[in-house]
Amino acid sequence: MSDFVSEFWHYYVAGLTILSLLYCAWVLVSNMSRGKAGPAELHGHVWDEDLQEYNNPLPRWWLYLFWLTLIFSLGYFLLYPALGTSAGRLGWSSKGEYEAEMARAAERYDPIFDKYLKQDLQAVAADPEAQAMGQRLFLTYCAQCHGADARGSRGFPNLADGDWLHGGTPEAIKTTITQGRTGVMPPLGAALGGEGTKDVANYVRSLSGLAHDSLRAQRGREGFAQNCVACHGADGKGNVALGAPNLTDRIWLYGSSEAVIIETISKGRQNQMPAFHDLLGDSKVHLLSAYVLSLSRQQ
Amino acid sequence: MKLNNEIIERHVGWLIVLTLLVISVGGLVEIVPLFFQQSTTTPVEGVKPYDPVRLVGRDIYVREGCYNCHSQMIRPFRAETERYGHYSVAGEFVYDRPFQWGSKRTGPDLARVGGRYSDTWQRMHLINPRDVVPESNMPAFPWLQRPVKSDDIESKLRGLRALGVPYTDADIAGAAKQLEGVSELDAIVAYLQGLGTAVKNTR
Repeated sequence: MSDFVSEFWHYYVAGLTILSLLYCAWVLVSNMSRGKAGPAELHGHVWDEDLQEYNNPLPRWWLYLFWLTLIFSLGYFLLYPALGTSAGRLGWSSKGEYEAEMARAAERYDPIFDKYLKQDLQAVAADPEAQAMGQRLFLTYCAQCHGADARGSRGFPNLADGDWLHGGTPEAIKTTITQGRTGVMPPLGAALGGEGTKDVANYVRSLSGLAHDSLRAQRGREGFAQNCVACHGADGKGNVALGAPNLTDRIWLYGSSEAVIIETISKGRQNQMPAFHDLLGDSKVHLLSAYVLSLSRQQ
Repeated sequence: MKLNNEIIERHVGWLIVLTLLVISVGGLVEIVPLFFQQSTTTPVEGVKPYDPVRLVGRDIYVREGCYNCHSQMIRPFRAETERYGHYSVAGEFVYDRPFQWGSKRTGPDLARVGGRYSDTWQRMHLINPRDVVPESNMPAFPWLQRPVKSDDIESKLRGLRALGVPYTDADIAGAAKQLEGVSELDAIVAYLQGLGTAVKNTR
């Protein structure tokens, strides 16, 4: 695509190109006519007493190759968008080539994707071929955060453990991939104070039966009731509508040590899953949802 | 007229002039016209000049040599657009001086990395890539947790304005203030999160 500010540049490019071509042809012609007969002449330089250099003509094979390149360029000018505003006989453009490649791929792969798109997520999750496709998609788009084994890392949820922050139903998983999710735990350090935070941390540990200071946990119960139940629920079992983790199941996104829980309570946490629909489209989101669904089934 | 290589070989002045003439043809045909092409000189809709924080982040990207392993140029091939998103177009790089297209991909292309990961991921990954991607061979950049150098931001913006980036006087006057309390990590994450977001890939 050329969208020059003025027509001049078309002529400028075409002119310089043709001039260069003519110049090369002239050089070749002038060299073809040289050195036809007789012994090769000497250059006339003398080094080291008697060292001299012949002024031989250019080798014929090389000259003919050069002519071939010139002829090739003429064909190129004709077929491709090379000169001025000419689009070339082939009508080639890099955009066109890309679109043709995409169209070929769509013809070949769309029926496969469409087959699964029409199926229920549960059925796709049970299909071995869909699972293999889903795994490759997962490794390309998801493994950077959730890990190649989908077991996540600190701050990035494990998808293979059957525990879900935003719900593990097929629809919830698909919504998560399509729209993304944000999980925000507000900082409560100021509200609870240093000792209060430690008390609540011990209470939180007690919820899943981890070792804790029972006196502190007893005191922390009240702080929890005032500050935490709105999201995590009175029983600490969390709320998938808000993405608030279940605190009773011994599955921890950031860690379960007292120090980490204190950090979480006092500084808060911010987590974000980006939306992937724009990049992936319906059919890939569908396959990925099914793959993620199948991961937790393997438990 | 006896026109042969003797004239050029025996007069170094001619040699210099003719050599320059020959090697300039490629640039005159392939480079010069680009300065007069709309698609290379007009920003794509949505592409704005870098704000001070992202500009500083960009300079850190250059300083740390990220371009040695990461390209910022998605070529129009299916294999690339499937992984990275819409192919890059010239008008996206109008305010990049110099552009960071790169030519080596030890790591993935970053032309559309903006929004692909959360800010938290980017931070953890820069401080120690193995924390989030155990297989990664990217070096760690833990020293980025320090305040940005802000005393030269105004001259940077003025320099870019001289090259045609439309910064206003107010932009330049307020630049140093925007960098207050910003760490190098904040700046480079802001830069990365803005990369390639102007052109949307919608299916």
